Amino acid sequence: MKKFSKLSLALALGAAIGTSSATVSAADSLTVVSWGGAYTKSQREAYSNPFTAKTGIEIVDEDKAGNGLAGLRAQIEAGNVVWDVLDILEGDSILACDEGIAQELDYEKDLNPGADGTPVMEDFVQGSLNGCFVPTIVYSTLFSYNNEAFPGEKPSTVADVFDLKKFPGKRSLEKKPDANLEWALVADGVPYDKVYEVLSTPEGVDRAFAKLDTIKDQVIWWEAGAQPPQLLADGEVAIASAYNGRIFNAQVVENQPFTIIWDGQVFELDGYIIPKGAPHKKAAMDYLRFATDTQRLADQAKYISYGPARKSSAPLVSTHLETGVDMNPHMPTNPENFKTPIKKDAEFWADNGDELRQRFNAWLAQ
Amino acid sequence: MMANTVEADGQLTPEEQKRLTADMNRSLRLRKIRSLLLVAPLVIFILVTFVSPIASMLFRSIDNPQIIEYMPNTSAAVAEWDADSNQLPGEEVFAALVDDLVTGRKNHTIGKAATRLNYEKSGMRSLLTGSARKAARLKPPFKDKLIQINSDWGELDTWRVIKRESRPYTASYYIAAFDMETTPSGEIKFLPEQQQIYLKLFWRTVWMSLLITAMTLLLGYPVSYLLASLPMRIANMLMILVLLPFWTSLLVRTSSWIAMLQGEGVINDVLVWFGLVDDDNRLSMIYNATGTVITMTHILLPFMILPLYSVMKTIPPSYMRAARSLGATPFTAFYKVYLPQSVPGISAGAILVFILAIGYYITPALVGGQTGQFIGNMIAYHMQSSLNWGLAAALGVILLVLVLGLYAAYSRLLGTNNQMSLR
Amino acid sequence: MALPSYAGPLETFWYYAFRIICGMIFVFLISPLIIIIPLSFNVEPYFSFSQGMLALDPDAFSLRWYEEFINSERWMNALQNTFIVAVCSTFLSMVLGTLAALGLSRSELPFKGVIMGLLISPMIVPLIISAAGMFFFYSSIGVSQSYAGLILAHTALGTPFVVITVTATLSNFDNNLIKASASLGATPTYTFFKITVPLIMTGVISGGLFAMMTSVDEVVVALFIAGAEQRTVPMQMWAGIREQISPTILAVATLLVCMSILLLTTVEYLRRRSETIRGITPH
Repeated sequence: MKKFSKLSLALALGAAIGTSSATVSAADSLTVVSWGGAYTKSQREAYSNPFTAKTGIEIVDEDKAGNGLAGLRAQIEAGNVVWDVLDILEGDSILACDEGIAQELDYEKDLNPGADGTPVMEDFVQGSLNGCFVPTIVYSTLFSYNNEAFPGEKPSTVADVFDLKKFPGKRSLEKKPDANLEWALVADGVPYDKVYEVLSTPEGVDRAFAKLDTIKDQVIWWEAGAQPPQLLADGEVAIASAYNGRIFNAQVVENQPFTIIWDGQVFELDGYIIPKGAPHKKAAMDYLRFATDTQRLADQAKYISYGPARKSSAPLVSTHLETGVDMNPHMPTNPENFKTPIKKDAEFWADNGDELRQRFNAWLAQ
Repeated sequence: MMANTVEADGQLTPEEQKRLTADMNRSLRLRKIRSLLLVAPLVIFILVTFVSPIASMLFRSIDNPQIIEYMPNTSAAVAEWDADSNQLPGEEVFAALVDDLVTGRKNHTIGKAATRLNYEKSGMRSLLTGSARKAARLKPPFKDKLIQINSDWGELDTWRVIKRESRPYTASYYIAAFDMETTPSGEIKFLPEQQQIYLKLFWRTVWMSLLITAMTLLLGYPVSYLLASLPMRIANMLMILVLLPFWTSLLVRTSSWIAMLQGEGVINDVLVWFGLVDDDNRLSMIYNATGTVITMTHILLPFMILPLYSVMKTIPPSYMRAARSLGATPFTAFYKVYLPQSVPGISAGAILVFILAIGYYITPALVGGQTGQFIGNMIAYHMQSSLNWGLAAALGVILLVLVLGLYAAYSRLLGTNNQMSLR
Repeated sequence: MALPSYAGPLETFWYYAFRIICGMIFVFLISPLIIIIPLSFNVEPYFSFSQGMLALDPDAFSLRWYEEFINSERWMNALQNTFIVAVCSTFLSMVLGTLAALGLSRSELPFKGVIMGLLISPMIVPLIISAAGMFFFYSSIGVSQSYAGLILAHTALGTPFVVITVTATLSNFDNNLIKASASLGATPTYTFFKITVPLIMTGVISGGLFAMMTSVDEVVVALFIAGAEQRTVPMQMWAGIREQISPTILAVATLLVCMSILLLTTVEYLRRRSETIRGITPH
């Protein structure tokens, strides 16, 4: 009897391990990897829930997009891919595509044309369809400040952010060189369209770091997208760089007294790839087609202020579902906001990222 | 022992003696095997689940398969080329390169070679991927056409890097981990001061770990002394105050320190309330080195107190009384009599805390800001963000060697059997 | 350490000063654990005591963060995962660790030092290094992002505690008991279950509790090798602290502090019981 109970315990344990790992590969769920927080929530509302309602396939959200490329490389190398769809930045998608770890797509066949009949290749942001990548949003990294920190004159340009005398207070920047080096040069007087030209020279890099040096003591570095609104709200910093959607969420949903500085917004594309060898490839392709159609991309803007990456979606953008606010003034691509943007040069960062990040880390450690 | 007794009686023939010894040996061997069988499952388990992962990491820090695998023709052809000749490789090497670029583009593998080479020389990534996009359209001879596509193909350094990384094993991750670089001429030298990072971080990790160890000793010594000299019943009660943090989740303690130390946190509120600190000038005690030191001191303090206490328990209080009665001042008695006897506890606690501290990752990541990061954070960064796994592995191996060296010192100090006895 | 009668005024001063210093260190040790408890009942999403809380206004307190915890599918999922992984890995650690400790305590075991070093290595190697190695290796054998992988990893990290505590228990074990049992005609199996097991049980259980605590608290390795399906409570806490530290974290932390109190009590009880059994008088 005793023996029996031990045996059954062992069996139960085995079964527990077995069944729980079995659910991972069950065909009725898809693992979609994204950035977490308000962003994943917007995708869930706009894409995943309707998809589940339509097909009965459950979507499992995983918040690992921050380390998406690393995770994907490891899985491919091990021949054990567990992700079905990966949300990724345009720059990283180029690397993934070059390394052959993302599924190549036949855009005309795999995606729906625009609701107004625009063919796929013309509908998405120009030049973004690189063979594996389907962009879903245009988002910006930009500065915003807490109104309470500046009772008098308000900062309005990138140069103001670097001006500690005129606008004292702590700053918060993302803990990587991307965008920060661009802003440093802009604040140092480099014209917006010459930023990458200057940054390609060793002198330009020195110049950018020298400008960052002037505010280094006052900077708290953030790593997760949810941190900067929190830091602003807590009064830990006066000005923070952040993703525009997060600031929108704080402004409109949480009624925080934040103002966005649209000057020098660094915009880039974000979207989906399908990992090569995704466990449920067919369902993943269905999801990709469903999530990136005109209506779904427009729907996402009901939840977060990122611009849809399809032209045909733009006229369908309406109001924020929760608050009824008109979304258009909050979109980074709105002409009012789009006067002095910097397009993040994915190619430049793919090439020089390793060296600049190394230099940036060394600079931080000094 | 039994054999001896029998022999002493002198009643056994040499024959029988030999047989008896053989029997003894066999049974000893059986017992040996039996004890080995008991240990075997765990030994095998640890070898598979723990030692092989570490070994695979060791291997990764020198493994260098990318160029050989994804640019096979080029790496074979460039081997013939004399890197010191001050002349570009010949047409056959360029032809091999075009071949690899075309295949690599088709199979989507050129990106892997490009990523690898970009670690060594910035710009190699777009040089390879960019040229690969155009390579299929090229007709021989290739040399000038490639140089026309990108003038970097006409640089000797480009080819020297390709030649250098065409070997199956590389030291370049270790070179990078020591803040050095291989110059185009093949010389290994330190990077310019402003670009050095890992040595600085190793140094900072060691330095801050020492500081944390000193802090835990400073706080732990009086408490252990008190606990060891109080009556057992009271000491056991107070011991709970030491053991409770010891048993509490690391993340719980870290998050409560965030709540305590942050700008709008409890400590600043109290200081402002008492008027010690101006409301606009709240102390920044977190997201910097101070935050890391305070939080880690708290987390590691029990690891100092427990060994100190167990050693101090064994020092008879009568020694101190004897010293005092012989006329020593309290200070002299403590310094000359008590302190020397507590040294084993100090060294055990100190090495334990130090070993634990230099491997920390979670706490510095959460409360360390930019000045409170440890080398562990850099390893995690290269694992998860920069994706330079070879460099992460090399840094890991260096840290591992450091820790194992310290541990060897530790077990020599204490004897092997009661390491880290938890209580 | 009573104050000796011959103490002068300076020494008397030092005697009390020393106690005050020690008291402050105890406050340092325990206050972070105490302070989060009231903060977790704060009705507002802040980390400091509001005016209302200081005035003990009942409206300033609420269970809202506990409700958030209980109603969150993520947290509940994480709790379930933590439980599954902890139970399985603790069980495995106890079995493997106890067997090994039995072997290690035999005098005839060859290469004892090497084996002991090997078996406790998971405790010495910094977690970030173990995690990095497991990230590569577990992927390559196809168990990363699965319960099996996480359980194997946590078992490896937990066994040293079982090995150490059980070896320590066995070092005080009186081998004459086994000889006596054998001379009375008991089979080795019978002796093992009737004599050895009850005597080393306290060691096995406290080692198991340490192993369980390791699994419940472990985050570094989990971050590297677990997938979304296996998200554990510490992983969820880590994500929460890094992103935005909401008071829900403090509610979870409070619950975890209660759990550690429970564990501590159990371990202390076991330790004293084993000392009584082994006839060691508490000193």
